[in-house]
Amino acid sequence: MDVTTHESDGLQVIRVEEARIDAAVAIQFKDRVRAAVAPGARRVVLDLGAVQFIDSSGLGAIVAAMKAMGEGQRLDLAGLTPMVDRVFRLTRMDAIFVIHDSVEGARGAS
Amino acid sequence: MAQLPARQDRLSLRLHIDSRPEAVRGALGRVSRDLARFGIRTEPRGAVELVLAEALNNIVEHACRAAPGGHIAIALDAGPSRIDVVLRDDGGPMPGGDVPRGAAACLDGSCADLPEGGFGWFLIHRLSDRLRYRRAGGENRLEIGIPLSRGDRRA
Repeated sequence: MDVTTHESDGLQVIRVEEARIDAAVAIQFKDRVRAAVAPGARRVVLDLGAVQFIDSSGLGAIVAAMKAMGEGQRLDLAGLTPMVDRVFRLTRMDAIFVIHDSVEGARGAS
Repeated sequence: MAQLPARQDRLSLRLHIDSRPEAVRGALGRVSRDLARFGIRTEPRGAVELVLAEALNNIVEHACRAAPGGHIAIALDAGPSRIDVVLRDDGGPMPGGDVPRGAAACLDGSCADLPEGGFGWFLIHRLSDRLRYRRAGGENRLEIGIPLSRGDRRA
């Protein structure tokens, strides 16, 4: 489970370099994202463009990562592939997160 | 010119796995590959994989938690209009003797109250049209039916 991060202008992008966020990696995923979040970043965008499959464990791990954000920090999502997008819509989690079509779109938004 | 093989109108898959998350992942990969070969398109294939993942994760995390080294038998039959799956495991019985209703998560309230779990059964109910649980002979048996729409399989 790898994540890569890039930061500019107060916006940090954390890209999940993994095709699946499932029960086998959910806990590790949560820890990696938590560790990757820069304390000074006001807005963090989780880039899910490489993720082709997510189950409820993975969804729970993303919610947990969001809840672990510091005061004044926000976790957005970007680049949801069709399967991942469907899971967010079915569980209505799409109403909880700000979801951007792409990382570029997230940079343009505030 | 070589003759094309006759188009299969049914797919039957039998798998036996240990109750471990890695084994679940392997089985899901196999199911997805076979369904792709059978012509099921990406989106319905994702739904089948998700339903199976949730049901199998539940067995690994709950039924077989007290007794590691449990076994799960997966039987999947796909036809023109539906996919039927039977999962059998030798773990503990389902609490209450039936599948949880899987209510939608309540999303009102503050961020700190957001649920981190409980989506699994909700997703299974949403994506299946038949769900039946039976405990017999020290074994759990869960039958799941998933409807296919016209166009879910390549012509």
